[in-house]
Amino acid sequence: MKGTLQVNGVAHDVEAPDDMPLLWVLRDMLGMTGTKYGCGIAQCGACTVHLDGKPVRSCLLPVSAVGDKPVVTIEGVGTTPAGAKAQKAWIELDVPQCGYCQSGQIMSASALLANTPAPTDADIDAAMAGNICRCGTYLRIRAAIKRAAGTQA
Amino acid sequence: MSGKILRIAAIGGAAIVAIAAAVGGWTVLGPGPMAFAKGGTVELAAYKGPSPTGVPAALRSASLVKRGEYLARAADCAVCHTVPGGQPYAGGFAFNMPFGAIYSTNITPDKETGIGNYTDAQFLDAVRKGIRPDGTRLYPAMPFGSYTYMTDEDALAIKAYLMSLPPVKSPPRANTLGWPYNQRALLGLWSAAFSPNKRFEPNPEQSPEWNRGAYLAEAMAHCGECHTPRNIGLALNNRQKFAGATNAGWRAHNISSDGDSGIGNWKTEDLTAYLSTGFANSHGVASGPMGEVVDYSLRYLTPDDLKALVTYIRSVPAVAGDLPNRVLTAAPASYKAGPAATLAGSGDRAGERIFAGACAGCHDWTGVSPLSPAATLTGTRSINDPGATNVAQVVIAGVHRQVPQDILTMPAFGHSLNDKEVAAVANYVTARFGAQGSRLTEADVRKLRSQAAQQ
Amino acid sequence: MATSIDTSRRGFLKVSAAAGGGLLLGFELLQDGAEAASAFAPNAFIRIDPKGIVTLIMPQQEMGQGTHTGHSQLLAEELDVAMSQVVLEQAPPNDMLYGGPKAPPERRRQSTGGSSSFRNGFYISLRQAGANARAILVTAAARLWKVDPATLRTSDGVVYHDPSGRQIGYGELSPRAGAITLPTDAPLKADKDFKLIGKPVHRLDVPAKTNGSVTYGIDVMAGKVPVAAVLQAPVVGGKVAAVDDAAARAIPGVKQIVVLDDLVAVVADNTWLAFKGLKALGVTWNDGPNGRLGQADIVRDLREKTSKPGVSAKNEGDIDKAFGSGDRIDVAYEMPFLAHSPMEPLNCTVHVQGKTAEIWVGTQVQTGAQKAAAKVLDVDPKAVTLTNFMLGGGFGRRLDTDMVTNAVRVAQQVSGPVKVMWSREEDTRHDTVRPYYRNVMAATLKDGRIDAWLHRISGGSVPVRMSGKPPKDGLDGSTIDGADEIPYEIPNLRVEYVQCEPGAVNVGWWRGVGPNNSLFAVESLIDELARKAGKDPLEFRLAHLQKSPRAAGVLRLAADKAGWSGPLEGKAGRGIAMINAFGSFCAAVCEAEVNADGDVRVRRMVVAVDAGKVVNPDGITSQVEGGVVFALTSAFWGNITVANGRIQQSNFHDYRMMRIHEAPPVEVHIVPSNEDPGGIGEPGVTVSTPALVNAIAAATGIRLRTMPIDREILAGRKDNA
Ligand code: FES
Ligand code: FES
Repeated sequence: MKGTLQVNGVAHDVEAPDDMPLLWVLRDMLGMTGTKYGCGIAQCGACTVHLDGKPVRSCLLPVSAVGDKPVVTIEGVGTTPAGAKAQKAWIELDVPQCGYCQSGQIMSASALLANTPAPTDADIDAAMAGNICRCGTYLRIRAAIKRAAGTQA
Repeated sequence: MSGKILRIAAIGGAAIVAIAAAVGGWTVLGPGPMAFAKGGTVELAAYKGPSPTGVPAALRSASLVKRGEYLARAADCAVCHTVPGGQPYAGGFAFNMPFGAIYSTNITPDKETGIGNYTDAQFLDAVRKGIRPDGTRLYPAMPFGSYTYMTDEDALAIKAYLMSLPPVKSPPRANTLGWPYNQRALLGLWSAAFSPNKRFEPNPEQSPEWNRGAYLAEAMAHCGECHTPRNIGLALNNRQKFAGATNAGWRAHNISSDGDSGIGNWKTEDLTAYLSTGFANSHGVASGPMGEVVDYSLRYLTPDDLKALVTYIRSVPAVAGDLPNRVLTAAPASYKAGPAATLAGSGDRAGERIFAGACAGCHDWTGVSPLSPAATLTGTRSINDPGATNVAQVVIAGVHRQVPQDILTMPAFGHSLNDKEVAAVANYVTARFGAQGSRLTEADVRKLRSQAAQQ
Repeated sequence: MATSIDTSRRGFLKVSAAAGGGLLLGFELLQDGAEAASAFAPNAFIRIDPKGIVTLIMPQQEMGQGTHTGHSQLLAEELDVAMSQVVLEQAPPNDMLYGGPKAPPERRRQSTGGSSSFRNGFYISLRQAGANARAILVTAAARLWKVDPATLRTSDGVVYHDPSGRQIGYGELSPRAGAITLPTDAPLKADKDFKLIGKPVHRLDVPAKTNGSVTYGIDVMAGKVPVAAVLQAPVVGGKVAAVDDAAARAIPGVKQIVVLDDLVAVVADNTWLAFKGLKALGVTWNDGPNGRLGQADIVRDLREKTSKPGVSAKNEGDIDKAFGSGDRIDVAYEMPFLAHSPMEPLNCTVHVQGKTAEIWVGTQVQTGAQKAAAKVLDVDPKAVTLTNFMLGGGFGRRLDTDMVTNAVRVAQQVSGPVKVMWSREEDTRHDTVRPYYRNVMAATLKDGRIDAWLHRISGGSVPVRMSGKPPKDGLDGSTIDGADEIPYEIPNLRVEYVQCEPGAVNVGWWRGVGPNNSLFAVESLIDELARKAGKDPLEFRLAHLQKSPRAAGVLRLAADKAGWSGPLEGKAGRGIAMINAFGSFCAAVCEAEVNADGDVRVRRMVVAVDAGKVVNPDGITSQVEGGVVFALTSAFWGNITVANGRIQQSNFHDYRMMRIHEAPPVEVHIVPSNEDPGGIGEPGVTVSTPALVNAIAAATGIRLRTMPIDREILAGRKDNA
């Protein structure tokens, strides 16, 4: 495809094979490396971005399927209210360890917070179960989401 | 759990014996596979139209081996005669029956363990009558009841192709059938009853395209062997032609022209796409045995042949299926809403949790994949099968297709999810995205695994 | 990340004796004229520029364990700067400067592993480095103002002279400080004066890890260099037989196919095209002798070899005599192969130019990687420049250098820089797996106490695999690590090692290393003995720990916090375990329930830690929380298996990871301690598995002796062999 991608509010001209996943367009064409490759098969969530506000796994999303829908990545999510809250809570609770999964975690969490301002544990499970953290930061992820939501100190 | 498997299993040891006693009656009772069509048939030689047999026009002048290759593919020899990942045509593929396993044989030209020494006549007998050179009978896992419609010329072209392959030394594996199924002598009675030993006869009242399609579907692709239910004698029950059946742990869906349960509502281009690429929008991806049929056989058919096949299949009368109508609308975006919430309400959230972790990333809570139409669950026949047979199998084995190019594959979760978890997630997704939630148990899944296992 | 100090250009190493164990400070960087006038770099760890930017050079790698923050606390505490004032920089490869200061110079290795960052001498030497630098800055201020240094105080990077109300920042002082040399034994702060050490400090690496700005090896020059996707022989020792590259070459953007004897690589414009090209490549392999090897062969061999006595690693009392009487128990425990699966798949970017090379990578061993690359190129390590980046998980995988050597070999065939990428599948199939271990054990009870104890351990030896040489004296200390240092008082004790290499699988260091296996066996057997003796497992342990107050301390604390003897609902049990390894003591109480189908659920894990002096308590908590998840992941699902010489697992669908809804609550309690700092990256991993298995035994009466958990056994559908 040859066209324009809306990423974090900026239009990028892109020429890429139709079936090239958005992940690699972001990383290898636009140099936006915050979005990570972890598995390539939608099992780990490291590559999560927002497509029209919805969290999607960019490792399997063909760039041709993006169209003119806005894409938000970890580099831009801080400008959304939910993303900013999540990032702040993440820092306050020192969530990341190696940090590699955390872009995806924050993208999933901020999508959750945007739709469900006061998520329950079950809501968190449903929204976050697709994001693997090999370092095992799950307890803090849960706590940070609640902190960002203002439902837990 | 599908009633079909249970029924076959329940027949128990007595079936073949019973058949032997009832031979006379059944022979007349069972209509042939093309008997549904209006008009009478004529012998091939007497048929005036373009030849419905052989290879497509473009290949007519190709070498015998080339022609044989096309026909061997059309007849889908490779899948059953190859162990997954093993040497092509070397045999050893397991057919797991409720009463034991049958293994396919080596059909490479190896003289000791393959068919290297077969004469033409012996080859024809084996393919069309199920009789080996030593006189013993083949189990009807070999579809000689269908191949019997093949012409001499076509069968021998296939032989020529097989003989051109490198010989592989691969001794046959011993079947593990229990009594009385291990009594090969009884197979003669079975053949006498159900295998007509009769060549293809065209139907002049149908179009040439239909006749070509009939030959491809019946003599070659042997669609009915999986899609037509079997009677008490394990023979195809053509009164319910293409109404769907369960074999080796997979459900072959109704492909009669019934509206929702069959392919009556499919667009012709969708059906063509499905057969040639294994995928059609809102019908999902062919997986399991049907995926293999596409990968190893149907995708090699010429466009004209495909068209003929589609024409023929569409002409098969509607047989109402026993499955509920498909749900065609997406599930709600929130995990909390929708039919599966009821399931969750029962306190058992195991399926939902597995779905959240391993499945939602691709299939979405709505069932409509944001990533690829191939990963959309909504509207597919399997997700609307309350038996969840194929859903469970796909979860276990994944989808690994060769066509279309770069199609999403689904990873196999059979190694990391236990039987209870497979059951839970199958029950969850059929409830959430399908017409009716399945009620698979851990034991059901254990059985499904063993039926589809290749070892 | 800023560029690193180039020690070869800017100075040379001056070796001099230093007092107080501050060996590192014996190595001073001499400044060249120009820079000496502008920046102050008193030692290998600190640089202060005139603008006041305090750069701390991190000798150890950050892979999530918090080392950069902890080390910064040590330096900043004594230098008297605030954490918010410092900038971190990864040290360049240099064993002498950045290897563990406790080791003699010739044995120093710049290596981050084995939970060593706070126990290999850095605790003191980094503080000393900070204190010395501060002393110089204070001296510089005193000379400037012509006052007695004793009248000056420092705080947050500023020197104050309270009598006159004057103050000056470290940055401003830095041009003057460069010329001053002082003895390298400036006094250290008393513990009571600590502002940073021992206080929960926010991690310095965290902000960049929440906004996508942090750079891992995989991010280096993304989009600017071609990418080579590698596929290595699926069987150890296998070779490429034939390559059909027509389809791969036909893909636009595929630039080059590299075929070496044991691997192939597709070089393309970007990662995705390289992966796609690799999939299109038809490679036929010649598997070699390992191509037939299966899991059962490996296990059979191990069982056979461990049926006979091994090399004695420890022998106390008279075990043969002791076994002559008492109530004897004979058991064997087995632990499976495990993959590391760091979230960042392996990768390495390389630019080879003739006899030099530049490398960008995330490694746990900078100098090791540098040497490995030099070996491939047949050049002096100095000809290899290596820049290290943040690690997207290490867990021991990045202590190996195969990702570097293979990348250099590929890069030798490519003109210009190239990023060599492993897919997740490649990462799993070519992991250097945690060895499959077998522990053959026997013990006797006499009057309710353990009288004799035999622990025979075998499993692929990592040092043997890495060096290709048999272990010294036939004994691999890393395999028996932990088993030989148990604090339990047992009069007759023997620990044996049996060498048995799996051959077709490469084994490697895995988070928790030897103790992960050896202490699983120890803590399982202790529990079995307690039950046999009819004693409470906690009391039984304490009775054997009269001389080890730290061990008893963590056990009591964990039991207390967990409500050890309180009532439990349902078919559930509590299990306790204690480990002494990596210089720390750690105990855990696991509460687990088991249903009729054999499903296990961990309700909670309570962990008590005595890691000696604590630098960052929240860092300890975080490491233990993560360690529990790491351990439970493997206890529930971890099992790498081999068929036809090939690792059968490939990605997260068949090598399962614990997910958020499966992770239990973890409580971490830290014992205040004045002992030397211990490691904490691994104890949480090591202690959790036996605690869980002991809890399962408490709940069901079934003792699982082989990992991972087999629910068929717990459901009563399978014998517990
Ligand atoms: S990389 Fe996309 S989900 Fe793992
Ligand atoms: S922080 Fe390392 S994988 Fe999540």
